[in-house]
This record gives sequence, C-alpha cells and structure tokens, in this order.
Amino acid sequence: MGMMKLFRIRGGVHPQGRKSLSAGEAIRDLPLPELLHIPLQQHIGQAAEAVVKKGELVKKGQLIAIAQGRISSPIHAPTSGEIVALGRYVAPHPSALPGRTITLRPDGLDAWAELPAPLDPFTCEPAAIAKRVAECGVVGMGGATFPSAVKLDLGQRYTLHTLIINGAECEPYLTCDDRLMREQAADVIDGVRIISRALGVKRAVIAVEGNKPEAIDALTHAAQGLDDVIIQKVPARYPMGSEKHLTQTLLGKETPARGLTAEIGAIVHNVATALAVRDAVRLGRPLISRIVTVSGEAMHNPGNFRVAIGTPIQHLIDFVGGFKVDPERLLLGGPMMGQPLADLRAPIVKGTNGVLALAGLHAQTSGQQGPCIRCASCVDACPCGLVPLEMAGAIRKENMDMATKSGLMDCIGCGSCAYVCPSNIPLVQYFNYAKGKITQTQRAEHKQKETKRLAEARSERMERIAQAKREAMAKRKAEQARQKAEAVTHEDKVSA
Amino acid sequence: MTNAVVSLALLGLSLGIMLGFAAKYLKVEAGALVQEIIAMMPGSQCGQCGFAGCNGAAEALVNSQAPITLCPPGGRVLAQALADKLGISTDLSGMEDQVLKVAFVNENLCIGCTKCFKRCPTDALVGANRQIHVVIKDACTGCGKCVEVCPTESLSLRNVPVTLETWHWPKPQPLLLAS
Repeated sequence: MGMMKLFRIRGGVHPQGRKSLSAGEAIRDLPLPELLHIPLQQHIGQAAEAVVKKGELVKKGQLIAIAQGRISSPIHAPTSGEIVALGRYVAPHPSALPGRTITLRPDGLDAWAELPAPLDPFTCEPAAIAKRVAECGVVGMGGATFPSAVKLDLGQRYTLHTLIINGAECEPYLTCDDRLMREQAADVIDGVRIISRALGVKRAVIAVEGNKPEAIDALTHAAQGLDDVIIQKVPARYPMGSEKHLTQTLLGKETPARGLTAEIGAIVHNVATALAVRDAVRLGRPLISRIVTVSGEAMHNPGNFRVAIGTPIQHLIDFVGGFKVDPERLLLGGPMMGQPLADLRAPIVKGTNGVLALAGLHAQTSGQQGPCIRCASCVDACPCGLVPLEMAGAIRKENMDMATKSGLMDCIGCGSCAYVCPSNIPLVQYFNYAKGKITQTQRAEHKQKETKRLAEARSERMERIAQAKREAMAKRKAEQARQKAEAVTHEDKVSA
Repeated sequence: MTNAVVSLALLGLSLGIMLGFAAKYLKVEAGALVQEIIAMMPGSQCGQCGFAGCNGAAEALVNSQAPITLCPPGGRVLAQALADKLGISTDLSGMEDQVLKVAFVNENLCIGCTKCFKRCPTDALVGANRQIHVVIKDACTGCGKCVEVCPTESLSLRNVPVTLETWHWPKPQPLLLAS
C-alpha cells in the first residue's frame, strides 16, 4: 500500500457510482457469435489494411490486417474460422455509419495459430518489448485506443521517472478494470513491471480509486516484496481517470496545455493494457479479446465478460437475457463520457469497456433545457480550469475563434460541466460540435490549397505543352524555309 | 505686381511638376486588390460562379457585383476570408446547407473518349484512350465541366457521402422559449 503524498485537482464531480450492479460478478467468457465483424479502424491513427482474402481460412491469433504508418496497429483473428467478407459494416460509433470491416465465421475449433516465441522481458532489449507490443496490436484499453507501443518508445525522447498505471476507473457503472485487478492481480503487476522495463523507469504507481478496496487488497498482496511497484489509493472523484489529472494527483505537477504527460516525466497506461502487454510478451498472444462490463438498470443480469473482438453487441445483450425494461439510454462506455449506441449490430472493439442500458431515474440526461443563468457551476466543476458557459456561448454564435481562444482544445470532454448544469444545457455536445466543425474547416482549407496547387500545376503544364508546340512549329517552318531556299538556289544553278 | 505674377507662376509651375511626378511614381495599381483576391481564389477557372474564370470573379467581387459566397470550391472558408478582406460583415450560416459534390463515372457507359480529363481544371480525372476513366475524389471540386463534355452521359455529379472520418456531432438544438 502506497504512502505517497497526494495533490488536489480542481473541479470534478461525484456522480453515483452504481458499480455494485456488476462489481460482484466474476469475469465470464462469452460464447462466440455466429459471425465476428472486425473493423479495420479500432485505434487512433491510420486504419489497418487487410491481408486476408475472402474465403481464406485463418487460425486464432493470425494476423489479418497490418498496421499502416507509425501511429497504427495491426489486427488479429479472434478465433479460427473462415473470412466470409471484406466490406463495410456498421461501426460502434454514434453515427452508426459503416466502416471497413473483416467478417469472420468461427469454425468452433478455436485453434491457435503459431504464435511468436515468448520473450523474457528482463533479459531482452527494452526495444524488443515495444516491438512485440506493436506486433501484437496492443492499444490503450481505457478507451483512448492509442497504440501502446508508441508510448513505450517515449523513454528515448523524454526523461521519464514514473510509470502510472491507471486503475482509477472513475466512470460510474464500469467494473471491468476492477474485476481484472481482483482476479488477475499477479499478471497485472507482471505487466506493469514489463512496461517499467521497456520505459526504463524505476518506479511504477498503480493508482486505484478508494471505492475498490478488494482490488487494492489483491494488488497489494500480489506486489508484496516488490520495491518498484507502489499501489496507491486515490480519492474517488470524477474524472480521476483522466491521465493528466491522475498525474497531477500523484506528482503535483500539471501537464502543459495540449502536451504529453511525458513532458513532466510520467507515462500513463491502463491496467487492462498492462495485462495485454504481459500476454503479448510472456505468451506471444495478440490482443483479440477484452473485458466488457454489461450493466445498467434496464439490463438483465449485469456482469463482466471476456468478449472476442468483433462480437456484435446484440449477441452480448442476448446472452445476459436482454432488457428488463425498454432502455432510455443505450451507451458504449460509461455514462459520463460514453457514446450513444445507435445500432446493436455494431461490434465490440479493442476500446469498448462497457455496454450500458440505463432506465428510470439514472437515465435522465437532460430534462427540459433552460436558459443559462450564469451560475458558474460549470466553472467550478471543470477540472481543466475552463469557462464552459463562455465557450458554449461562443459556439452558439458560431464564433469558433473565440471558443478556441477560451480553451476549447484543452477541454477533455469529461462532461462534468453538463453534469452539474442546473439548466440542463448540453455543453459537451456544443464542444463536440465545435471540435468537429473546426476539423471540417481545416479539411476544407487543406482541400482549397490543394485545388489551387493542382490548378496551377495544370496551367503550367498546359503552358509548357503550348510552348513546346510553338517551338516545334517554328522549327518546322525554319526547316521548310531552308529547304525552299535550297531548292531555289538549286533551280538557279540549273537555269544558269 | 511683377513679384506677385512671378511668385504665383513659380508656385503653379512647381506644384504642377510635383503633381506630375506624383502621378508617375506614386501611382496606385488599379488592380492591386483584384490581384490579391485572385491569389486567394482556387484558380481552377471552373466557372461555377458564372464568370469566365477566377479573374473575372475577383473583379466582380471588388466592384461589389457578386456575393462573397460565389465560389463553391472555395466554400465557407473562402467566403469568410473574402469577408475579412473586403471588410464585409455577413451571415454565412446559410452557406452551411450547400452539400459538396464530386464527379462520378458510370463505368457501364464510359467509352474512354478522353474528353473529360482534358477539361478538368484540377486533373481529378484519370484515364487513357478506350480505357474507363476514374475520378480522384479528393482532387475533384465538383465544377461539372466534365459532365458537359461527356458524350455518353456517363459522368454525373453526386453528393459527397458522410463517412466515419468526416462525421461530427450536430449543433444542439437551441433553446426555444415559449412566447
């Protein structure tokens, strides 16, 4: 148990935990569905490219899509079976638009492919760990899905002193990390030490919110005798799990605006990521399944399940027995930052930590929206020190410049402001809208520049072609004139 | 009397010379603003604005004969830039609804005549003689010049579909106060 001095962060809220719905349920394996729909974009960065063909038979853990570029991640077959389609399928996204997807029909044998040989993380080169993690398609499993290997290489560019393992799980309802820490504490700690080794740091802190005493006990027990791993209880306060705020709580230092925690010497990884890193290094296993919390008042039998990537959400909901009542809110992720689930056919992906069906009192998002009364509750709640009411006001008037100046790009979208707003103003939706709009404008600017470049290149080419034609014509004329002149002199000679 | 005549004549002469020099050396380029506007335009000479090309459109803009929202390839970004440049305050929210279009080749009808890509101002069409032509969507500005020349009507303009990459949250519905 750690004895670190903790620092207070500003703002934050205390939503009802509601974790008891699923926290008591041990992790169970979810049976495979008839079809797995595996999207090529499950991570931040470039989408992967499929390397399998329709009709091909694949083994469990076989590479089916390769990473593109530096910030990308490969994808592996979650089970053995036949590739039945390479096409588009509804994505786990609030728009429910289709994205490029590989569809696999499991053969029921669940036969493993030949996996890369286990690595001994404490004798191999630290760079070999990052390479293995990249090959195994491990991404940040707290929800951000940033390719983990890229973060393991940061030790070369920054002076790092602390690895922070995020076990805060501050979102209400979610208990997948809690269960993981309770049930696989020793493996998690092994994974943490492997990451420490890859980064070259001497100290790892596993931060767990105080509302998970069993997880803290299990980790403390597993870390006995280790002097490089500290288990630290942190106050249960949303958004403790935001990496910048967790770092500030533990180290007392604020991450520079729009910067990385590495700039102040810390790297943050999620507990589930630590376990995935361990499986990749010790067993050579790629990331092909994850733990998902299924919960909410409208859900029969809430629980935690180990789900193969690509499993349709409908399959998971059917397995727990469906809905007790019609859910008023269906969510992917937690109720604070989760995205509305628009289509139940969408698959579970590497970043899906929860599927929630809320109903009744707890489902109320925003009642009747009222005018802003400038009470500044949102200012008090904002953990980033922003003024949400001003930003929203600017966005309402489409003044994106002013919103950006007020710090829109420093907003982490945690939803604390909307949670406390007595007028039920959908502040986060304003910010999401503005961020999307700004990206769209940048895209349009880029396209306009490209159009100009293309048009100029074309007119220059046309000019060059015309010039060449003129020159050729002049040459031909000169040639004709010369021949004519020659002929004339010849005639002259003859007549003479 | 002579003094007055001479001094006034000298004054008139010197001022006249100064004005003459000023007219010659301090001359303001009549089209300076037009040139600046031309530099801001996409330069694809697509003619979607109704003028012969970007130069004509720029002149019309400077002479207030055309709205700043005239350029579809430039879109909202250009309209905003033009508004700032010309000191016009305007409401661009109406421009929002304009959906971008790109050319689309119906491969069953394309005969590979090469007419379309010769007309494309941004080289967004690729093809060869008696080969099916292809549109590079990212380079197409939807000007429709190719559609005009296509002999088999295989080319058409289609709306750019919203994808996972371009989708973003809609603006929240503003509060409607009961009157």
